[in-house]
Amino acid sequence: MNKFTGVDYFQLESLYSDDEIMIRNSVREFVDHEIIPVIEKHYMEGTFPLHLVPKLAELGVFGPTLPQKYGCAEVNNVAYGLIMQELERGDSGVRSFASVQSGLVMYPIFTFGSEEQKDYWLPKLAAGEKIGCFGLTEPDFGSNPGGMITKAVKVDGGYLLNGAKMWITNGTIADVAVVWAKLDGKVKGFLVEKGMKGFSAPEMKGKHSLRASVTSELVFEDVFIPEANRLPLADGLKAPLMCLNQARYGIAWGVTGAMMAVYDSALSYAKSRIQFGKPIASFQMTQEKLVYILTEITKSQLLNYHLAKLKDKGEVKHTHISMAKRNNCEKALDAARVAREIFGANGILDEYPVMRHSANLESVKTYEGTHEMHTLILGEDITGIPAFE
Amino acid sequence: MKIAVCVSHVPDTAAKINIGADGKTIDPNGVTYVVNPYDEFAIEEALKTKEAAGGEVIAISLGGEANKETIRKALAMGVDSAVLLKDDNYRDSLSVAKALAEEIKAQNAELVFFGKQSVDFDNSVVGQMTAELLNYNCVSVVVSFKLEGNKITAEREIEGGKEVVETSLPAIITAQKGLNEPRYASLKGIMAAKKKTIEEKPAAAAENKVEVLGLKKPAAKQAGKIIGSDATAVPELVRLLKEEAKVI
Ligand SMILES: Cc1cc2nc3c(=O)[nH]c(=O)nc-3n(C[C@H](O)[C@H](O)[C@H](O)COP(=O)(O)OP(=O)(O)OC[C@H]3O[C@@H](n4cnc5c(N)ncnc54)[C@H](O)[C@@H]3O)c2cc1C
Repeated sequence: MNKFTGVDYFQLESLYSDDEIMIRNSVREFVDHEIIPVIEKHYMEGTFPLHLVPKLAELGVFGPTLPQKYGCAEVNNVAYGLIMQELERGDSGVRSFASVQSGLVMYPIFTFGSEEQKDYWLPKLAAGEKIGCFGLTEPDFGSNPGGMITKAVKVDGGYLLNGAKMWITNGTIADVAVVWAKLDGKVKGFLVEKGMKGFSAPEMKGKHSLRASVTSELVFEDVFIPEANRLPLADGLKAPLMCLNQARYGIAWGVTGAMMAVYDSALSYAKSRIQFGKPIASFQMTQEKLVYILTEITKSQLLNYHLAKLKDKGEVKHTHISMAKRNNCEKALDAARVAREIFGANGILDEYPVMRHSANLESVKTYEGTHEMHTLILGEDITGIPAFE
Repeated sequence: MKIAVCVSHVPDTAAKINIGADGKTIDPNGVTYVVNPYDEFAIEEALKTKEAAGGEVIAISLGGEANKETIRKALAMGVDSAVLLKDDNYRDSLSVAKALAEEIKAQNAELVFFGKQSVDFDNSVVGQMTAELLNYNCVSVVVSFKLEGNKITAEREIEGGKEVVETSLPAIITAQKGLNEPRYASLKGIMAAKKKTIEEKPAAAAENKVEVLGLKKPAAKQAGKIIGSDATAVPELVRLLKEEAKVI
């Protein structure tokens, strides 16, 4: 396969700074050499490429926007976005790992944690010595996390945790779970550590999507959580929703990477596949498909770039992020399906990345707030009328 | 110990090259430039040597403003500081070597790594020439390197095998693929590189002894020929391989 040289129809390169380009290129190189060669096999076997964790940490993709004193690179949000874009060009599962570790574990510890919690966990999570997961969704509460039934009760020196979480990325391989549970009816955050008595995290099997990612249940049966393991500053459902904003921002950029991957391979396939004596790229309907994908990539890139600028200025609203997540995920999934069609039968093989991306994007469109939930968030924002219930 | 690594800024091997209007230079438009791939092995070995033996690593690059991109990558990989010897004009290998030798002397670097060749013009001589000018020991096309005190043990790639050699500092080593696995520029490295200095000075003057008269692209590949699809085509295939391609 030819070396990937980016998809940049509107010259966004001219907007990125030298460091942003250098960071993007370094992650791009990493993805080409370390992820793409091994990912199909992991996907088919349904395993996460755990051996990549120390290498990803060395590269610096865990908590990259957090302060250097915790061993992080402290990059801006354009760079963070470009990192996610490149990782997801490799695979949504690998990007999910990085999103969870950064946006859903390091971010809440940094934002809601005590100094001791930050000093202990952040350097280890940045170095990939510890893996984290984020437990919000429950078997009976997905789009409506406020209804959660997982419950903490105050006891001497800490809390007793009971309940179950489902669909938790990294659950089985995590050393620490950021778990959201109700204490006296109010959502609070707890750091549940691997090996705590009464805590188990069995892996969920049978996924057709995001197969190179670990998804698990978290089960709590009278787990004693010491006081030191509660996130002191997390108060109410707003806390986990703030975390989701971080991760959704990364997803908006990430799926652009998945679109770039399917576009790049579909374009080269269309130019080399001969039918009726000509490359299929010479047929108008194939051209229309390629133009559609390229246009959606370009739109998402422009959306992402400005979103990054707003985020760096501290002016971003959660509704901006909802719009980007909603649009980009939907278009990426559509683009991947269209790309798959360009390949004909070859499109379903593991020799090409299109089917894997297409299947992955089904999850990405659903998690971190489904397409419908983001529609309702935006609908409420513009009409002032909530339509959730 | 001061370790130097000499790096060149070359067109990406994946780039499509066009010849400039003067017929003698590469048209840089639309061409991405990268760190010379063999120099990445040189940088990695310099960093590994520093990590094991202590000291500092300085990158030296000769060329125009654009070379800073390559220098920044070296700094991001972990090189401590850098010098850009500025010259926008064409230089032959010897005049490059002379300017580098001056700088290496000024820096008092005892151990210097080069790539075994630059993938732009492929002369494969700058490292060796520099060693000669400085009267340093030189081991070229190195695939394994070890420094113990003053003593260097290196393995070189030779036709059909390996040669093991021993020498001592001061020395110049030219790196071959296989010497190591170059590290990725980490995010932290990239951020730290922003604070590192690139010293700029004019490259020492030196006269060219070789002049480029022109650049030419290789002849375009001819379209393939299909002579048949079953066993009946074999005699014709054999005839063509013998008479036209002259390979059997
Ligand atoms: C691979 C994968 C990894 C995941 N990782 C994590 C993780 O790490 N941590 C975590 O906490 N969660 C995780 N999730 C869970 C994910 O966030 C939820 O699946 C998601 O929020 C949707 O919840 P649900 O599946 O229960 O769907 P439901 O809420 O049951 O929704 C089903 C359908 O009904 C629609 N719907 C629901 N309510 C409304 C409404 N009011 N109006 C209109 N439509 C509505 C939804 O949009 C959807 O189409 C993961 C999911 C997947 C697939």
